[in-house]
Amino acid sequence: MNVRALILGFLLALTALPALPQGFADMGRAADGFALPRRGAFSFPADHGAHPDFRIEWWYLTASLTGPDGTPYGAQWTLFRTALAPGEGEGWSSPQLWMGHAAVTTPERHLYAERLARGGIGQAGVTADPFHAWIDDWQMIARAAPGADALSALDLTAAGEAFSYALSLEATGPIVAQGEGGYSVKSAAGQASRYYSQPFYGVTGQVTIDGQAIPVTGQAWLDREWSSQPLAPDQTGWDWFSLMFDDGSRLMGFRLRDAGDGFTSATWIAADGTPTPMPPGALRVTPLRLADVADRSVPVDWRVELPAQGVDVTVTAVNPGAWMGTLVPYWEGPILITGSHRGRGYLEMTGY
Amino acid sequence: MLLTLTGVTKTYATGEGPLTVLDGIDLALQAGTSLALTGESGSGKSTLLHLAAGLDLADAGRVELAGVNLTTAGDPVRAGLRRGTVGLVFQQFNLIPSLDVAANLAFQARLAGRHDPAWTARLAQVLGLSALLGRYPEQLSGGQQQRVAIGRTLAARPQLVLADEPTGNLDEATGDAVLDLMLRLVADTGAALLMVTHSPRLAGRLDRRVTLSAGRIT
Amino acid sequence: MRAGLSALLSHWLRHPVQLAMLMLGLALATALWSGVQAINAEARASYDRAAAVLGQNRMERIVSQDGGPIAQGLYVALRRDGWKVSPVVEGRLPATDLRLLGIDPLTLPAGAASVPVRTGADLADFLSGGGQLYLNPETAAGLRPDGLPALRTDPGLPPGTGLTDVGVAQRLLGMEGRLSYLLVSPGAQPDRPLPQGLVRRAPDDGTDIARLTDSFHLNLTAFGFLAFAVGLFIVNSAIGLAFEQRRAMLRTLRALGLSAREIMGLVLLELLVLALAAGMTGIGLGYLVAAALLPDVAATLRGLYGAEVTGTLSLRPGWWLAGLGMAMAGTLLAAGQSLWRLWHLPLLAPAQPRAWARATARSLWRQGLAGAALLGLSAGLLAFGTGLPAGFGGLAALLVGAALCLPLGLILVTGLGGRMARGVLVQWFWADTRQQVPGLSLALMALLLALAANIGVGTMVSSFRQTFVGWLDQRLASELYVTARSADEARRLEAWLAPRTDAVLPILSAGTPLFGRPGEVYGITDHPTYRDNWPLLAALPDVWGRIAAGQGLMVNEQLYRAEALALGDAVDLPGGPLPVVGVYSDYGNPRPQVLIAPESLMARFPDTPRLRFGLRVDPDRAGALAAALVAEFGLPDGAVVDQATLKALSLQVFEQTFAVTAALNVLTLGIAGLAMFASLLTLSGLRLPQVAPVWAMGLTRPRLALLDFARTLLLAALTLVAALPLGLALAWVLLAVVNVAAFGWRLPMQVFPGDLARLGGIALLAAGVASLIPVLRLARIAPAALLRVFANER
Repeated sequence: MNVRALILGFLLALTALPALPQGFADMGRAADGFALPRRGAFSFPADHGAHPDFRIEWWYLTASLTGPDGTPYGAQWTLFRTALAPGEGEGWSSPQLWMGHAAVTTPERHLYAERLARGGIGQAGVTADPFHAWIDDWQMIARAAPGADALSALDLTAAGEAFSYALSLEATGPIVAQGEGGYSVKSAAGQASRYYSQPFYGVTGQVTIDGQAIPVTGQAWLDREWSSQPLAPDQTGWDWFSLMFDDGSRLMGFRLRDAGDGFTSATWIAADGTPTPMPPGALRVTPLRLADVADRSVPVDWRVELPAQGVDVTVTAVNPGAWMGTLVPYWEGPILITGSHRGRGYLEMTGY
Repeated sequence: MLLTLTGVTKTYATGEGPLTVLDGIDLALQAGTSLALTGESGSGKSTLLHLAAGLDLADAGRVELAGVNLTTAGDPVRAGLRRGTVGLVFQQFNLIPSLDVAANLAFQARLAGRHDPAWTARLAQVLGLSALLGRYPEQLSGGQQQRVAIGRTLAARPQLVLADEPTGNLDEATGDAVLDLMLRLVADTGAALLMVTHSPRLAGRLDRRVTLSAGRIT
Repeated sequence: MRAGLSALLSHWLRHPVQLAMLMLGLALATALWSGVQAINAEARASYDRAAAVLGQNRMERIVSQDGGPIAQGLYVALRRDGWKVSPVVEGRLPATDLRLLGIDPLTLPAGAASVPVRTGADLADFLSGGGQLYLNPETAAGLRPDGLPALRTDPGLPPGTGLTDVGVAQRLLGMEGRLSYLLVSPGAQPDRPLPQGLVRRAPDDGTDIARLTDSFHLNLTAFGFLAFAVGLFIVNSAIGLAFEQRRAMLRTLRALGLSAREIMGLVLLELLVLALAAGMTGIGLGYLVAAALLPDVAATLRGLYGAEVTGTLSLRPGWWLAGLGMAMAGTLLAAGQSLWRLWHLPLLAPAQPRAWARATARSLWRQGLAGAALLGLSAGLLAFGTGLPAGFGGLAALLVGAALCLPLGLILVTGLGGRMARGVLVQWFWADTRQQVPGLSLALMALLLALAANIGVGTMVSSFRQTFVGWLDQRLASELYVTARSADEARRLEAWLAPRTDAVLPILSAGTPLFGRPGEVYGITDHPTYRDNWPLLAALPDVWGRIAAGQGLMVNEQLYRAEALALGDAVDLPGGPLPVVGVYSDYGNPRPQVLIAPESLMARFPDTPRLRFGLRVDPDRAGALAAALVAEFGLPDGAVVDQATLKALSLQVFEQTFAVTAALNVLTLGIAGLAMFASLLTLSGLRLPQVAPVWAMGLTRPRLALLDFARTLLLAALTLVAALPLGLALAWVLLAVVNVAAFGWRLPMQVFPGDLARLGGIALLAAGVASLIPVLRLARIAPAALLRVFANER
C-alpha cells in the first residue's frame, strides 16, 4: 500500500504536480528527526489515533457495495496525515498536514473529491478515544459499544460535487496485523511500516449520486499504516489488491515495480482472521487488459495467483475509468473476482 | 554705354573639374539698340545674360550697367538695378503663380515705383490680355504667359530688356507673333534689348548679332 | 526590379535630412502612441493582478456583519459544516505601507492561484518555521526586513501587497486567533444559513477600479492618438517631398519599362522597410517614454482612485506588435496622397506643379464642408448625447472638424488680407501666403490640434485646480483631525479634548450600497463649522436643520448627477429612505456618498465605530494641541493630522494627477513644431519657382527670406487665433461634459489669459524656430539654383 505513502509524500509538492516525475526519489530520503517503525505489538486504542512523530500515516477505507438492483458500487474514504516536522505545534504553526480523498464508483461513473487541511486548528485530525477521524465535514466516527474495540463499529460520511454517502460499518472479524506482527517490509532494502487492517466490515447505508439516494449493502476493508521511510529510491509505482472472497477469506497483496523484477508481498487472511504472511515472490500478478484512462494506459484486468493458497483468479475493474485526478493522481476502484475464488475487492495502481 | 562687359570670365565647378563658360568676353550695348546673342547649347549665352542682369557675378572682368560696376556692387544695389533698370523675360516660369494676370503685369512697375495704370492698360490691350486680367498664370497658355511676362517687363519702362529664349517654349507661329509684339513695344519705349536665342532667323531681326562659341565671341 | 529599388533608395542617401525627418516623425508618432499604450497596459495588468491576487475578482467572501474580524473557531466550524471557505488575514503591516495578506495555501480555492508558492520545498518553507513573505520585487526593494519572514519576490503580485501564511500574518498583525474574511470556493456550498453575524459578499471583480480609471486611460489614449496623428503629419511631409523630388526618376523608371504596378510595389516595399525601422525605433522610444511617465501615472492612479499600479514596466509582445502595426498603418495613411498621385502619374506629360495645387484648393472647400458637418455633429453629440462616449465623441468631432476647417479659413483670411493690402509687396506677401496654405495645411492642422489641446487641457487643469483649492479651503475647516485606535481610546480622547478645544466634531462613516454601488454614509454634526463653510451646490431652505432633525440627507455631486436626482427625491438607506435636501461638491471621491445626522447614522448603522474627530481650535494653538495629544495618548504617526498637512497632501495628489497630462501636452506641441519644420523644409524645395521670378525682378534673397519668415509666423499666428476658441471650447467640453460623465462633477470654467499668452508666445517661437533652417537656406541660396528654375524643366 505504498501508493499512499507516495501520495502523502507528495503532499509536500502540492503545487508542483504538473511537473511530477515518474521517479519517486524524494521518498527515499533519510527520515530526519522522525521516529522509525519498530517491531512489536500494537497498543489499542492509542494506535488507532495519530502518530505525529512519524512522517506519514493513513486511515484508508474501501467498501465494495451492491445496490438493490444488484449493481456493484465502490466507495473510498481516506485520510492521510503527513508531517513537515515531527511532533505537534500550536495553531497554524503545527507541522501536521492532512489530506482527504473520497470517491464513489459505479460501472458508469467515478466521482471523487479531495480535501486539504492544516493541523493544529481543528479542521482535521484523529482522536483515538473516542475514535474520531475527520477532515472538514467528512467523518469516520466510532459508535462502538463500551468495551468493544473502537474500530468495531463506525459511521462514515463524505461528500463531493454530485455525490455523497453515509455508511454504517460493523466489524464481523478481528483486527489483522499485516506483515510480521504489524511490521510490513516494503522493499528488499528493508524499508518498512507499521500496518494493520480491519478487513471484515459489513456495510449498510446509502450512496447519493446527483441527488438520488441509493440504498447499498456490502463489505469494507480498513487499512491503518504509518511510517517514516516508506520507499526505496528506485521503486517507480505499484499495484495493490485487497480481495474479499465469498468464503470469508481475505487476500492482501501488492507488487512494487522497479527497474528489475519488482517486489511482491502478500498476506493470506483466513475467514477467522488468522493472518499468514507470504514470503516475497509468493504472489504473482499479471496484467491482462490495458485501458486508456486519463491519457495513460492502465491495466484494469489482472490474473492474481497465490499458489500456496490455491488462488488463481481474474480480477476485473467494475469501472476501468476509476481514476483519481487528485493532486497526486492514481487509479483506485472496485473489482470483481472470478476464477478459483469468487468475491469483490479493491485495486489500487500508481506510477502509470 | 548702357551695358559694357570687359574681359568677363565665368567658371563653374563641375564634377570633372572647373568648366569655363565665358572666357574673356568684351561686349557693349548702347541705349535704344538691340543685340541678339546666338550660339550652340552650352556656349555661355544664358550665363552672359545672367551676368548682365546682375543675377550672377563674373569671376574676372567687369560688367557695367548704367554706370554701375556690378562686379563690385553689393546684392542690394544689383537688386535695385534689376528692379528699376532691367527687365527680364525668360523662356518659362516668368510669372508669379500666386498673383493674377493684372497683378503680375503691374508687379514690377509697382516695385520700381513707376506704375502707370494707363500705360499698363494699353500694354494689356496691345498684348491681347485685357480679357485675361483676372486669370492666374497656370490658367494661361504658354504664349499668353509670355505675353504677360513681356507686358510686365515693359510696364516698368526699363532701360534694358534682357530676354532669354523668350519664345523657345512656344511653337513657331506663336513665337513669331510674341516676338513681333516684343520688338515693337521695346522700340516704342526706347529700351535697349539683349536677347539670347539659338535661332538665326530670330537673331536676324535685331540690330546686331553676336555669336558665342565655347565661351568666346566669334 | 532590384535596380529600380536601389534607384528609389538612392534618393534617401542623397537627402539624409529628409530621411531623418521621415524616421523621426514616424518614430515619435509611434513612440508616444505605444508609450501611452504601454502605460495603459501596465495599469490594467496591475488592476487585474490586484483583483486576482486572491481570486477575489471571481470569488465570494464571507465577512462579519460589523466589518470586524472573524473568530478562527468560526472558520473551523464552517469547514466542519461543509463550507468550502479559506481564511484570509489582511492588514497594514505596522510602520509600513505594506498591505499584508495571510492565506492558507491548502484550502485556498483552486484558481485563486496568483499565489506564487510554486515548488514543494517552497510550500514546506512557506508553511513552517518563520515562514515566507512574497512581494513584488519593487515593493521588496523598499522594505527593511526587520522581524519579517524570509522575503521572496514574485512579479505576479501587485505592488504594496505582501503575501504570507495566515499564521505568520496573524502574528505580524497581532491578530492571533482572528481572521479578516473567508474566501468562498466556487461551486456548491451547504444550503444552510451562515452563523449569526456572518454575511456573504459578492465577488469584487475589479470592474470598480477599471471603471473608475477608464476615463483616465481614455484621456491618455486620446493624447497618444493625437500625438500619433500629429507625428503622421511629419511623415506625410517627408514622403510628399520625396515623391515630388523623385517624379522625374519615377517617370524614367516607367519609361525604362517598369509597370506602374511594379513601381507601386517597389514604393510600398520601400515604405514598409522604412516604417519597420522607424517603428522599431519608435517602440524603443515609447518604452522610454512610458518608463519615464509611469511613476507619475502610478502616483496619480493611487492618489485619485486608490488603484495600485506598479512603477516598472514589463514588455508585452502584443504591445510590440501593435506598435509596429500602428507604424505601418500610419505610414501607409501618411503616404496615401503620394501613392495616389504616383498611381496616376502620367508617363510623358511634363510635371504640372500647379495642377494639384488647384485641385487642392477645390478640395479645401470640400474639406471645409466636411469640417463644418463634423462641427455640427459635435454640437449635436454634446447637446443631446449622454455619457463618456458621447463626450469624447463630441470632443473628437470638434477637434477634427475644426482642423478640417482650418485651411479654408486661412485661405479666406489671407485672401481678405490680400484685398485689403495696398503695397505691391504686401499684396504679393498675402497672395503667396495664401498659396502656401494647401502645402502647409497638414502641419498647420497639427499645430492647431496641439495648441487647442494645450489650451483646452491647460484651462481645464487650471480651472480644476482653482476650484479644488478653494473647495479644500472650505471643506477642511477643522484645524486638526485625530483618529483613535479603539472605541475606548476615542471616549477618553473626547473627554480630554472637550475642555481644550472649541468643538470636537466626530466623523462617523459607514459603508453601504447606494443605488446598487458601494457607497459611504457620513454622519455630520450640526455645527457652524459646516453651516458656515460647506459649499453646497443646491439645497432646500434650512438644509442643516432638516439634516440635524433626521429629516433629510445630502448627496455628493457624483451621486446627484449619476442618478439624476432632484431635491426632494428619496434615497434608500438601511432603516428607511430619506429625501435629498442638499447637494455638495466632493471632488476626487470616486464613490457615491450621503451625509446624515450622526444620531441617524448610529441608529441605522449601530456598529459604526466612533474613532475620528475634527477639532476646532485657535489655529495658533493647533500645533501645541497636536503635540499634547501625541504625548498624552501616545498616538502613532499619522493619527493626528493638521489642516495644512492634509491640504498639502491633497494638492500633491492633484498635481501628480496632471503631471502626465502636462508632459504629454509638451511632447505633442513639440511634435507639432517638428511637423511645421518638416513641412516648411518640404515647401522650401518646392517654392523656388514661386520665389525665383520675384528675386529676378529685384528682391534680394535676405528680403525674400525675411518675408518667408514673416509668412510662417503669420500662418502660425492665424492658427493660434483659431486655436484659442477651439481650445476654450475643448476646455468647456472637458469640464462640463467629460468630467461630469467620467467623475460626476462639473467644474466652473476659468480662463487664464497669462497662460494663454505664454502658450501663444511658445507657439510663435516654435513656428519661428521651425522656419529658421528653411529661411536661412533661402537667404543663402546660390543664385545658380534660382536661375535653374528658368532654364530647366523640373
